[in-house]
Amino acid sequence: MLVLTWLCAGIAAAMLAIIVIYVIQRGGPALNLAFFTHLPTPVGVPGGGAANAIVGSLVIITMASAIAIPIGVLAGIYLALLGRGFLAQAVRFFSDVLTGVPSIAIGVFAYTIVVVPQKHFSANAAAVALSIIMLPIIVRTTEEAVKLVNPAIREGALALGVDAWKAIVLVTVPCARAGIVTGALLGLARVAGESAPLLFTAFGSQFWTLQPGAPTAALPLLVFQYAIAPYKDWQLVAWGGALTLILLVFLLNITARLLFPAKLPR
Amino acid sequence: MNRQRLIILGAALGALFGAAAIAAADMQITGAGSSFDNPFFQRAFYEYSRSVSGVQVNYQSIGSGGGIQQFTAKTVDFGASDVPLQPAEMKAAQASGGDVVQFPVTLGGVAVAYNVPNVNTGVKLSPDVLAGIMLGDITNWNDAQIARLNPGVPFPNLPIVVVHRADGSGTTYIFTDYLTKVSAQWKTKVGNAKVVNWPAASSVGAKGNEGVAGQIRNTPGAIGYVELAYVLQNQISYAQLRNASGQFVAPTLQTVRNAAAKKPNVNPKDFSIVNMPGAGSYPICGYSWVMLWKNQPDQSKGKSLVGLFRWLVTDGQTFAVRVNYVSLPSNVQAQAAKALASIRT
Amino acid sequence: MSQDGVEVAGIPRVLSPSRLRPPANPIGDRIVLGAFSAAAWLVLLLVVALFISLTIAAWPAIKTIGLAAFRSTVWDPTSGKFGLLAFIYGTVVTSAIALLLAGPIGIGAALLLAEVAPRRLALPVAMLIELLAAVPSVVFGIWGLFVLAPVMRNIVEPALAHALGFLPLFQGYFYGVGMLTAGILLAIMILPTVSAISRDIFEAVPRDQREAMLALGATKWEMLTRAVIPYARSGIIGALVLALGRAIGEAMAVTMVIGNKPAISLSLFAPAYTLASVLANEFTEATGQQYLSVLIGIGSMLFVISMIVNVLARVLVRGASGPSRKRA
Repeated sequence: MLVLTWLCAGIAAAMLAIIVIYVIQRGGPALNLAFFTHLPTPVGVPGGGAANAIVGSLVIITMASAIAIPIGVLAGIYLALLGRGFLAQAVRFFSDVLTGVPSIAIGVFAYTIVVVPQKHFSANAAAVALSIIMLPIIVRTTEEAVKLVNPAIREGALALGVDAWKAIVLVTVPCARAGIVTGALLGLARVAGESAPLLFTAFGSQFWTLQPGAPTAALPLLVFQYAIAPYKDWQLVAWGGALTLILLVFLLNITARLLFPAKLPR
Repeated sequence: MNRQRLIILGAALGALFGAAAIAAADMQITGAGSSFDNPFFQRAFYEYSRSVSGVQVNYQSIGSGGGIQQFTAKTVDFGASDVPLQPAEMKAAQASGGDVVQFPVTLGGVAVAYNVPNVNTGVKLSPDVLAGIMLGDITNWNDAQIARLNPGVPFPNLPIVVVHRADGSGTTYIFTDYLTKVSAQWKTKVGNAKVVNWPAASSVGAKGNEGVAGQIRNTPGAIGYVELAYVLQNQISYAQLRNASGQFVAPTLQTVRNAAAKKPNVNPKDFSIVNMPGAGSYPICGYSWVMLWKNQPDQSKGKSLVGLFRWLVTDGQTFAVRVNYVSLPSNVQAQAAKALASIRT
Repeated sequence: MSQDGVEVAGIPRVLSPSRLRPPANPIGDRIVLGAFSAAAWLVLLLVVALFISLTIAAWPAIKTIGLAAFRSTVWDPTSGKFGLLAFIYGTVVTSAIALLLAGPIGIGAALLLAEVAPRRLALPVAMLIELLAAVPSVVFGIWGLFVLAPVMRNIVEPALAHALGFLPLFQGYFYGVGMLTAGILLAIMILPTVSAISRDIFEAVPRDQREAMLALGATKWEMLTRAVIPYARSGIIGALVLALGRAIGEAMAVTMVIGNKPAISLSLFAPAYTLASVLANEFTEATGQQYLSVLIGIGSMLFVISMIVNVLARVLVRGASGPSRKRA
């Protein structure tokens, strides 16, 4: 009977292998220099790439990190060291809830609070949406990482007469550095391939856009739009995009896990 | 060591963004809407930014319904729809941004595309049979009514799957406009709109003309309606339809042009060119329209918009033929130019 | 609580061992520690803002349509008919298929990784399965569209119809896209959630439970089914509920393979629609306040469902893995 469990694990691991191998097969040929350096071209004009979508994704993710990482790390430290009582319980609970909120609902939220008042689809709105998705991952991973630091280290510093805040910022946090970076990387990995919230925030573009207030291309969005289109050359770019996304999130995930192999919050 | 890597990474990212910033244009215009237009728009706007002006036009093919909605919400600079604003939509738009100027920018045909193994392009369909298929009364390709119109064609025993749009679509409007005009049953049972309830039991929705074309290609037995350019570019089979004069006509640039010529004047209130008379007229054709605010809020952007569309409805039409659209008849070009002249920037 | 130390500005006693020395720089402490709690408040406020703003934007729809939306299957926005039943049906059926498939397989895999396989092997396999969770949903979507859907149409659906065609569930045309395809794709997507959480739960089952069983002469399989699984039951249900939450909220992958048809069909081969995928398709084009508000209402429904699911799941999981793990 135990064989059954082997079968189950085999199926699960095989699914990953099947998907990844297939995406590599189809996407591999698309990943030439043009893919990373050229703008998309209209149907029938050869030589198109996804350069603006890659840069657009990087811009959006960078902005999202700039919002989510500071807030998430601070809140995580709060939960680990200061958190007691109602606020801490509520924050833990709400950030758990937040991890489960469908990303498309968060996209709707970003549309109503950013796109509608600004009257523009924008990288800003996309960054807000993605930062909300990243936030709980960073909060909970930071909390776990900081909790793992032996309190004796901090208490030692306190005993030496160091201020409480200095003990946290200069002693405890550096010890938890790997775990905190892991949280940030996992957050990045979670949102790097997110497409649903971008539909009504980043909106897509055929050109370079670096104004955060303008509609922006993004790789997951491009993959979606090109995948459902009937054109073979667009589908090829979509596979290339899918492969790029997989490689990116795997890289982020594996790095995160190697940095901080302890149990990660789910 | 970690820090060093971070610095290198940061520098690389910075260089990338810097390079991109140089490439970014000084003026960007955002538009959204009809996917009927999309292949033409992509091509024309691509050429425009390359060789005519530095203005970059970001056009997102989200469907005509989306074009109207995003235009009204002022999240885009122009909207495109295969159906001019309906009274209720016009009222909402006027409340949002004042008067709206609408003008035709493309002329195209809606092809009835299908995927039946071992059956070539050019299957003949009569309005009744097409309506019967769409209503779900004819459910198999081996139906006698289809065979009667196509003697000798080896239709397999294969269920028909109707592929339709899942999003609000002007292409749907044009197609259902046609069905409403040729089938009393369709008119009472389903009607004519950008989104309708598809009565056929065996049907699948897909997003955009792109999605419908893709779905037809992937589904043996499928039949659906897509803008002509999509079927020509993708080698999808399409039907000849019996037109108002009783002739079977395939959608081509010429037969669409013939149909449009039967109605030289179109305006936002009287725009339908389906089921036109004439032996050489393809029966399902339509113009696609662009909406602009009459009073442009941003002067320089307004000037760019007017310049762009003045080009698009005249010189830009040369790109239409290259991507399998019909260039606008000259009198329609003149009407569009006149509408553009009324825009205050 | 703190008889032996005065608390300073909400700083717990552990941080200010006032027995040794009073804090020298309460201002610095206040600023920095204040920033920590401000961030915590921000997280809290964010969720509240999410809920409130979605509810406000959905209010016109809730007020005018309300529960009637749950009684109608007619989705015809142009004529103002907003029946959600077809979407709810599609969501329930696809998630149920996903759970039925991913549940047993995920739990089985977790058993192997936690109990059966040698640790040297279990760790890399666990990591592989968890990497599956990292695959972006749009990648699942493109794979589902180009690989899974044709396989379903040409092989799986004909085979099912052949073997089980007497059931109405497996009758009808083989579309390739539809509820079954979406359910299977969702199953692959939630598999790592089920297996990873169940694995944690199994590992939290106390040693003595197993040893007692083995001491009674049970085989390893009996030990697992009679001691470990019953002990971990509520936690596993929690893992399943959490996975269900993911399946319900998934938009992009489902949109690409479900066939986008707002209809209720008995056949699992038939195209359908889910709550999340209708948002993905129609949100940017919703003309008119009413339509937009209905779609935002769907968004807030998904939010509320995910909240309920999470509360339920966390209670179950926490109960099973005990407070000891949380404090670890």
